[in-house]
Amino acid sequence: MEYAPATGLLSGIWLLVAIPLASAAVLLLLGKRANRWGHWLGVLAVAVTFVLGLTMFLSLSGLDAEGRSAELSMWDFIVVGGLHVDFGLLFDPLSGVFVLLITGVGSLIHLYAVGYMEHDEGRRKFFGYFNLFVAAMLLLVLGNNYVMLYFGWEGVGLASYLLISFWYTRPSAATAGKKAFLMNRVGDAGLAIGIFLMFATLGSTQYSDVFNGVGSLSATTVLILGLLLLLGAAGKSGQFPLHAWLPDAMEGPTPVSALIHAATMVTAGVYLIARSNIIFSANHTLQTIVVSVGALTLLMGCIIGAAKDDIKRVLAWSTVSQIGYMFLGVGLGGGAYALAIIHLLAHGFFKANMFLGAGSVMHGMHDQVDIRRFGGLRKHMKWTWLTFMAGWLAIIGIPPLSGFFSKDPIIEAAYARGDWTSWLFGTAALVGAGLTAFYMTRLFVLTFHGPERYTEDNKHPHESPAIMTVPLMLLAFGSMVAGFLLSRHSAIPAWLEPVTGEGEHEPVMPAIVISLLVVAVSLLGAGTAFAMFRRGTALAEQPAGVVVTAARKNLYTDSINEAVFEKPGVYLTRALVYLDNRGIDGVVNGIAAGVGGSSGRLRRLQTGFVRSYALSMLTGAVLVVGAFLAVQLGWLA
Amino acid sequence: MAGVKNFPFLSILTLLPLVGALVVAFIPKAKGQLAKTVALVWSLVVLVLSVLMWIAYEVGGERFQFRESYPWIPNWGVRFTFEVDGIALVLLMLIAVLVPLVILASWHDAEQTNRSVPTYFALLLALECTMIGVFAASDIFLFYVFFEVMLVPMYFIIGSYGGQRRQYAAVKFFLYSLVGGLFMLAAVIGVWVVAGENTFDWQTLVNADIGTEAGRWLFLGFFIAFAIKAPFFPFHTWLPDAGGAAPAGAAALLVGVLDKVGTFGILRYCLPMFPEASRWFAPVAIALAVIGIIYAALLAVGQNDLKRLVSYTSIAHFGFIGIGIFAFTTQGGTGSVLYMVNHGLATGLLFLVVGMFVSRRGSALVSDFGGAGKLVPVLAGVMFFAGLASLALPGTAPFVSEFLVLVGTFTVHPAWAVVATAGIILAAAYVLWMIQRTTQGTLNPALAEVPAMTKDITLREKVVVAPLVALLIIFGFYPKPITDVINPAVQATMQDVGTQDPGPTAVANGRTAP
Repeated sequence: MEYAPATGLLSGIWLLVAIPLASAAVLLLLGKRANRWGHWLGVLAVAVTFVLGLTMFLSLSGLDAEGRSAELSMWDFIVVGGLHVDFGLLFDPLSGVFVLLITGVGSLIHLYAVGYMEHDEGRRKFFGYFNLFVAAMLLLVLGNNYVMLYFGWEGVGLASYLLISFWYTRPSAATAGKKAFLMNRVGDAGLAIGIFLMFATLGSTQYSDVFNGVGSLSATTVLILGLLLLLGAAGKSGQFPLHAWLPDAMEGPTPVSALIHAATMVTAGVYLIARSNIIFSANHTLQTIVVSVGALTLLMGCIIGAAKDDIKRVLAWSTVSQIGYMFLGVGLGGGAYALAIIHLLAHGFFKANMFLGAGSVMHGMHDQVDIRRFGGLRKHMKWTWLTFMAGWLAIIGIPPLSGFFSKDPIIEAAYARGDWTSWLFGTAALVGAGLTAFYMTRLFVLTFHGPERYTEDNKHPHESPAIMTVPLMLLAFGSMVAGFLLSRHSAIPAWLEPVTGEGEHEPVMPAIVISLLVVAVSLLGAGTAFAMFRRGTALAEQPAGVVVTAARKNLYTDSINEAVFEKPGVYLTRALVYLDNRGIDGVVNGIAAGVGGSSGRLRRLQTGFVRSYALSMLTGAVLVVGAFLAVQLGWLA
Repeated sequence: MAGVKNFPFLSILTLLPLVGALVVAFIPKAKGQLAKTVALVWSLVVLVLSVLMWIAYEVGGERFQFRESYPWIPNWGVRFTFEVDGIALVLLMLIAVLVPLVILASWHDAEQTNRSVPTYFALLLALECTMIGVFAASDIFLFYVFFEVMLVPMYFIIGSYGGQRRQYAAVKFFLYSLVGGLFMLAAVIGVWVVAGENTFDWQTLVNADIGTEAGRWLFLGFFIAFAIKAPFFPFHTWLPDAGGAAPAGAAALLVGVLDKVGTFGILRYCLPMFPEASRWFAPVAIALAVIGIIYAALLAVGQNDLKRLVSYTSIAHFGFIGIGIFAFTTQGGTGSVLYMVNHGLATGLLFLVVGMFVSRRGSALVSDFGGAGKLVPVLAGVMFFAGLASLALPGTAPFVSEFLVLVGTFTVHPAWAVVATAGIILAAAYVLWMIQRTTQGTLNPALAEVPAMTKDITLREKVVVAPLVALLIIFGFYPKPITDVINPAVQATMQDVGTQDPGPTAVANGRTAP
């Protein structure tokens, strides 16, 4: 595999990272002086980057399929011995679609945030962090080697931390930010070790070298390498077993949840696997593991999401679940890589749409997040309702909205894995579609329909200002039409083909049957939820059966984390602090005291210390002189 | 250029701060302001001279480009020999950059103790003299002398100007180092005897033939001294006490520079003089270093005193330096030296910022803070940045060194490297947990009542932190100016040890190194 060097317009790809980074630096360094106009600079920086990214995308598509890439080495980053790491970028079809998603959806969310954060005294800082995120995310997808990817990878982790704990005076926000960073670091450690392994076996971390060298690796090495990358991907994308941080990340302001924890950053794991598709496709066991992680997580996310009453948490678990679909897709390999990317793009639109819709609801309801205290909001927030409806129909896969075109082919591909696992994974994905329809309909109906169940201080919900509803309309439009534009019959798979390759197997049943089944279970799920919740729901938590209780407690995954890692970690730390003070140090002090003859010796030393210092020096000097004399006199020589 | 190189940079750099220390020491007690100003200007002159030396150094040229030698005790072959390669050069630069910043950061420290202000700054300059001397020396007797004398100014700084339990901490610091020093003294004499060349000259001794048995014992003598100095687990318990009691500025020099003498010593003396013994002891050294990474990081998580916490983080960082050195690969070795520099900048910054918090609050206890970000947002931001550098986030310089150390270790000891990599998770834990408990969450009511806590970063403090922040970011993106200087010296050292980097285990048909 060879990448073409960047020429012409494409030699400016560094600007895509530099512009938002410069804007972030200005906003964070100027401080209060930038308070008045800072947010507009933030929006402008991302919008300009989008326009630039779009022109570059078009210019890239003008190239023929063979040379449809642009690699730009900026400077030598780390050059030591045989290790040569470029500070370099790569703009190819895969990074191209990510650039458009990040800056396109990013611009709309930035615009929305101008209104959403209007009354927050930290708005300028917010936009500084937001721009920092965009820069880091673009570096992540634009790097031309794994170290650059890691650079951006940890950069988005930092931005995510800063934005989750943006309201840092709330202990829950501070804790959620820390949790996100720590769980991500577990994944990052896996990714880092994967990079070490690449260097140890292939002598390089450049994409082109690594991909060309995969063939010379043993199957075990490929498997280990893939699992390490998967660990990193699972951490960043909130996949089992590193998923617990993502729902807590909802402590951040809602635009953060939309941009970082729904549309872009959390899909970085999908990007990593799609980018490394040559590694993953080289080992069937590895692919099975990825598919299993995806299938398990997508079901978990659905089940937990159906039991939550916090509007943002439902959407967060929905994100976990939808990324599960994407992992399923990239794990299937072949043509399904492109399908996963299509679903990722479609999801970027409809999930950002719904998160911002949720933010709009909260904006009009004094930050109420409990869906049991909503109801009938369609009368008060017409635009929010209509736009949210587009997102809702899109995610549950009602034709012809985008979810149908993006999710249905993944389910079909799961049924076409080629062995008995087709049934297992295909059916998991199918059941997931039904559950998705159930919990999303529950959310939608409880929020916008049925009787009003507002709290006393919250009787007069209002629609959000135009600066918030206009981005909503644009995203809703995207949720509707993206389907046509992104379907597998569109240009996207062919466009990504140089990067990802094609599929091979036939599904276990005719594609049309699968499509009908998907629509049927979706309607069934949606219908059930509608019947159950159209008359509202109880205002407080009701006793429930085993499954619902488990789902409310996140299927006990948090409890397991706490019991296995947190508690023992705390005890271990305490024990070690005790041991270090009493044990190791005690032994040393004890020896010192013993040598001195009595335990009071050390204390006396502190007062008459200069004398003993002189004594020690004298001893040393005597030793030196003695040794020299010995040599001079020939005793030793 | 040759003319420039004949300029006696090293002896002048060593003596200049000593002269400054004498001048400042004789300034009357009442004229504290004058003493500070003189000390600051003096240290800046040292910085300028160091920068000139840096410019004169030719990247890609000979290993030792600066050499001076004057007779001292002819009978025993002791000479004032100064000789600096890329490794020592970058550490000299670190000293020259840190000392003026520490002097500026310590501006009001001495007043708070009611002791002589001029003496404090004289001690700092005296310390600079010994620190430069110890890195510049190339006669192992001279090195030993600097190694021991270095303790004296630091002992008085901690013992006279420190915080709680300063006497205990100072004595402990001194005793530990002295014990190590005695081991080294024995080994220094031993080398002289065994080599039988009647010289302490480093070059000659590196080339001398020292037998296997003798080499191992002598290695051990040096290694114990260096392991205590660095410090490595289990010789580390003096550092949290010393770092906790020392004034913040001195603590920054203590962990930022003084401790590097240990790791520098291993690289410069143990490895080339006793290559066989180094290889023989390497598994033990690596094991101790990896234990140190995990053990000290866990302890850092559990600390309730900011200065002790930072001290423990340093012990964990020294573990990384240790594995890098004993991996015997170019990446590991270069990473270690770079780590020494970056750690000096990052932990130096962290200690200085912690000092700014402590002097405002009058306490270093984490539990006395809480929600401080609301009161001093900029200072809290700088502390956060220093924390990020400490956990080696990409974009800050320590990332590059940590990456190099780990990748260099992985190519030869994958299992140890994997365990050490777990240290990066713990690093995130201790940094973020510290940040959360001090600057985030609800504001501690007791903290809000401290008048000094309402004053955010001052101009003087900005001047202290800005250069460190800038250097950490610049070298985070473009470390080449330093790695290019370090690299040849490390490669020469690896040649002395007699090891070669392993090639890629699976040979790809693409490019491996352009």
